[in-house]
Amino acid sequence: MKKRILGILLACVASGGALASPLRIELPAETAFFKKASGSELVSSQCLTCHSAEYITTQPPLSVTAWQGNVEKMQKKFGASWTPEQVKAMVDYLTQNYGISPSPKEGPK
Amino acid sequence: MDTSPGLGPDFSRRLFLQRAGRAGALGLLAPWRLGAEETVTLPFENGQRPLVRYPQKRPLIRLTSRPPQLETPFAVFNEGVLTPNDAFFVRYHLPNFPTEIDPETFRLEVQGKVAAPLRLSLEDLKKGFETVEVVAVNQCSGNSRGFFKPRVPGGQLGNGAMGNARWRGVRLKDVLEKAGVSAGAKQVTFNGLDLPAVSQTPDFVKALSVDHALDGEVILAYGMNGEDLPLLNGYPLRLVVPGYYGTYWVKHLNEITVIEEAFTGFWMGTAYRIPETPGACLPPGTSAKSTVPIGRFNVRSFITSHADAATLPVGRDTLVRGIAFDGGAGISEVLFSADGGRSWRAAILGEDYGKYSFREWTIAFRPEAPGPLEWKVKATNRLGESQPMEPLWNPSGYMRNVVETVKVQAVV
Repeated sequence: MKKRILGILLACVASGGALASPLRIELPAETAFFKKASGSELVSSQCLTCHSAEYITTQPPLSVTAWQGNVEKMQKKFGASWTPEQVKAMVDYLTQNYGISPSPKEGPK
Repeated sequence: MDTSPGLGPDFSRRLFLQRAGRAGALGLLAPWRLGAEETVTLPFENGQRPLVRYPQKRPLIRLTSRPPQLETPFAVFNEGVLTPNDAFFVRYHLPNFPTEIDPETFRLEVQGKVAAPLRLSLEDLKKGFETVEVVAVNQCSGNSRGFFKPRVPGGQLGNGAMGNARWRGVRLKDVLEKAGVSAGAKQVTFNGLDLPAVSQTPDFVKALSVDHALDGEVILAYGMNGEDLPLLNGYPLRLVVPGYYGTYWVKHLNEITVIEEAFTGFWMGTAYRIPETPGACLPPGTSAKSTVPIGRFNVRSFITSHADAATLPVGRDTLVRGIAFDGGAGISEVLFSADGGRSWRAAILGEDYGKYSFREWTIAFRPEAPGPLEWKVKATNRLGESQPMEPLWNPSGYMRNVVETVKVQAVV
């Protein structure tokens, strides 16, 4: 890819700079991840299809109702296709790890 | 009131200086590789965020990485009335946007209920229409959502999802008139190059009424503060809707469609809607009976010269400075209180960059005795609209505009 950019730059120089060259950027890596717990693999495999983990990890502690609502929103509005069992497992994971009533083992940081 | 210290000016400047030199040597477009990650803590629960350098950007507060949502460290707003391009906030809705864009092959389509559809290159836009400039604030609908009490789900932003820039481009009106808007047209929709991860997710499309689109204020912008738009702010072309929340400022704008009905797509019909109540507010914890699409900014003002826990000398004048803005009436008055709102004095307004811009304000303040001080700032616009002393609440966390408070300490 570097060769290609160099090529474009050289082409511009050769043409006297008349052509604007493409703008290309490289995005930094994702660094956020889900807390490891029962259900984290399911949540990773489903949620990370569309968005990075911070969409969940930066939320304030939310009630089970709020997490249920958000998971349903991903189904009904954003087109996620999940079974009722998957939805329950994800809501359980989110509530236990990012919920208002954290489990005694691991509360939200 | 939360008294956690924010990101102080000294810290931010030091970080910027440390990084700026090295970034220059490595080339602006290389993403910054952080070793040990720098973090800031926004003053609400779960407010820790990494500071990450993105291409064409200085280190910004990262809310999310895919799609990117980056917040401006608040100290930047004390650097000047215009927000530098490399510090301007970033907010995407969909993850699949191009990271390489060729300005030679880019085309803007103008289509739908028009007499003559257009397919315009950037050169066509720059040479075929009058060039205009406007200084205007862009602010995310959910700027400051993290301060809502009770908390609401959504992007947990501090106060940095706003910025003020000099936008350069052409009037949407001129382009639409060249295409010839049909007599029965009702709305105009705007689509950019960004796409969802899965096809079932609604594409990000926004709509304005035809009257708004033709009012001469809405701009198709290719320039920002004298430079091309940064890629992450919509290169090579974005919609600029002065006075309106950022949700309408479609990035990488490549498709304008004139329609004869009201657009009902997800991002207008379901998302970005506010309660149809005065102040768009509801009793905390309740939901709206009816909603309307979010529209113009309400009035806001901030102290930028001092953060919580700042100190100032007893018996000497300190210059207090900040910014105020609204949805386009223009700021007429800024009041400052050094005693928690019991008494107020009028601040001096700075240079007027136009009714859509941040307006700088300053006031000299001399503490007579050591101790804690609660500073407040309250702006009023030319319509007489102002800011509430207590925060208003709505379930989406939009449009926060409470009178802001900064707690400082006078010291001998």
